[in-house]
Amino acid sequence: MKQKYEELLGRSITGISITIICILVFSILYFVGAKGISMFVSGDGSIVDFLTGTQWDPGDGLVGALPMLVTSLMVTLTSALIASPLALILAIYVSEVSESKLAQFIQPLIEVLVGIPSVVYGLLGLEVFVPMVRNAFGGTGFSILTGVMVLTLMILPTVTSLMIDGLKAVPKHYRTASLALGATQLQTINRIVLKAARPALLTAIIFGMTRAFGEALAVQMVIGNVLVMPGSLLSQGSTLTSTLTMGIGNTILGTLPNNALWSLALVLLIMALFFNILIRLVGRGGDN
Amino acid sequence: MDAKKINQIVLTAIKVVTVLVVALLIVIIAYIIGRGLPHMSLHFLFTESEAFLAGGGISTQLFDSFYILVLTLIIAAPLSLFAAIYLAFYAPQNKLTAFLRMVIEVLSSLPSIVVGLFTYLIFVVNFNFGFSLLAGAISLTIFNLPILTRNFEESLDDIDEAQMQGGLALGLSKWKTITSIILPAALPGLITGIILGAGRIFGEAAALIFTAGQSTSQVDFTNWNPFSSDSFLNIMRPAETLAVHIWKLNSEGLVQDATEVSAASATVLVLIVIIFNLGARALGANLRNKMMGDR
Repeated sequence: MKQKYEELLGRSITGISITIICILVFSILYFVGAKGISMFVSGDGSIVDFLTGTQWDPGDGLVGALPMLVTSLMVTLTSALIASPLALILAIYVSEVSESKLAQFIQPLIEVLVGIPSVVYGLLGLEVFVPMVRNAFGGTGFSILTGVMVLTLMILPTVTSLMIDGLKAVPKHYRTASLALGATQLQTINRIVLKAARPALLTAIIFGMTRAFGEALAVQMVIGNVLVMPGSLLSQGSTLTSTLTMGIGNTILGTLPNNALWSLALVLLIMALFFNILIRLVGRGGDN
Repeated sequence: MDAKKINQIVLTAIKVVTVLVVALLIVIIAYIIGRGLPHMSLHFLFTESEAFLAGGGISTQLFDSFYILVLTLIIAAPLSLFAAIYLAFYAPQNKLTAFLRMVIEVLSSLPSIVVGLFTYLIFVVNFNFGFSLLAGAISLTIFNLPILTRNFEESLDDIDEAQMQGGLALGLSKWKTITSIILPAALPGLITGIILGAGRIFGEAAALIFTAGQSTSQVDFTNWNPFSSDSFLNIMRPAETLAVHIWKLNSEGLVQDATEVSAASATVLVLIVIIFNLGARALGANLRNKMMGDR
C-alpha cells in the first residue's frame, strides 16, 4: 500500500513539473503569437508593408520591418560565415591533428569563452572593435561590420566546442581503416571524418546562427541602431533584437508602436522555430 | 608524392591558423580581465553605485546578481530536477515523450529577449509584479529550464541501471529508489549541472532588462524584514544585476567614470563566471572521489 502511495506521489510530482514546462512553452508561443499578429488583425499595419516596407516609424503608421530583417540576417550569416571555418580548423586541430599541450589547452580555453556573458562581448566590441573600424574605415565605427565582429567572437567558442564533440564522436576505427588503406591524414580527415561528422558539424553551425540571430544587447551596443536599409557592411543598422531592446521601454502596451514591436518578437520566435526544424532535418540526414 | 605534399602543407596551415586564433583568444581574455583590474578594489566592490558622479561601486548590483541567482535556482532547480526524473525514469518510449522533448528543445532555442518579453507581459504587467527580483528570477528560470533539465537528465542517465534494479528488488517503490538511491549517487553530477547553469544565469542580461528592471532602488542592508520596501531581502523590489549594469552604463553613460566602472564590472563578472565553471568541475570531481572512497 505504501509503495503504491509513494509511486503515485512520484509520478504526480514529476508529471506536474514536466506539464508546467510545457504550459510555459505553449504560453510563450500563444501570447507572443497573439501579440505579434494583433497589429495585422486590427488593421493598423498590413503584413505586406511589414515584410516589404523599408520605413519604420510605427507612431506614424509606418511599419516596414524589412531593414531590420535584412540586417539581422546579414549579421547572422556573415558571422557564421567567418566563425564556422575558423571553428572547424580549431576542432580538426584538437580532434585529429595534435595531442600536444596546446590541443589540451584549447578545450578549457573554449569552455571559459563559452561562459563569458554576451554583454562583456558587447563591451569589448565597444572599446576595441568600434575604434578599430573607425580607424580603418572612417565614420563613427558603429556599424554592421562591428556587430559581425562581436557576434563572430561570441559564437566561435560555441561552434568550436560543438564541432570538437562532433569530430570526437566519429569512431576511431574509421580513421585507422582509412590510414591502413594508404590514405594520407588529410585525405582521411577530408573524405572520412568530415563526412561522418557532417550532421554534427552542420548542427554546430546552425546553433551558432541561432545564438547570433537572437543576441540582443551585445549587438545593440555596437551596431549604431539606425533604422535604414543597410547599404553595406560599413553602414550603421539596427537588428530585430536591437530595435526591440531600444523600443519596448519607450512604448505603451496596446498601442500601435508597441504592437509593432511585438510583431518583431514574433519574427524572432518564428526564426527560432525555423532553426530548430533545420537542426532536426540535418540530424535526421545523419541517420540515413 | 603529391598527396603527401598537400597533406603536409594543409596540416601545417591548420596548425598555424590554430596558433593564431588561440593567441587572439588569449589576448582577448587577458584584455577583458586586465582592463578592469586597475579600478578594482574592496571599495569598488562594497560601495553603492553613483548615478552621475565618479567613484561609485557595485555593491548593490553584486548582491542583487547573487540574490536573483539564488531565487532562480530555488524555482528552477526542483522544477527541472523533477522534469529530468520524469524523462529519465517515468517517460514511456512513445510519441508523447518525443513531443515533450521537442517542446523543451524549442524552449532552449528561444532568444533570451523573447523570454524576457513574455515574462514582462504576463508577470510584470498582467500579474502586477512590476519590475522586480521575482519577475527577473521567473524570466531566468524559464530561459534556463531546458539546459538544467538536460544537465540533470544526463547525470541521472550516468547512474548504473543496476542501482535501480537493486532498489526495486528490495521491494522499494520506484520513487523511493530514485529519491534514496539514485539521487544521492547522482549528486556530484547534479551539483556540477547546477553550478554550470549558475554561470549562465549570472551573466544573462537581455532576459532581465524588462523584468527585474534597469535601476537599483534604495536598498537598506540592515533591514531584515523581507516585506519592507527598502529591505535587501524584498523580492518585489526592482533590481539591476551586474550584467545589466554594464549594458546600462554603456547605452546611457550618465556616470562620469562609466568606462572604468564598466571595465571593472566586466572583470568581476567574468572572474565570477570562470570561478563557477572551473569550480563546478573541481567540486564534481572531488565529490565523486569522496563518494567512491567511502565504498
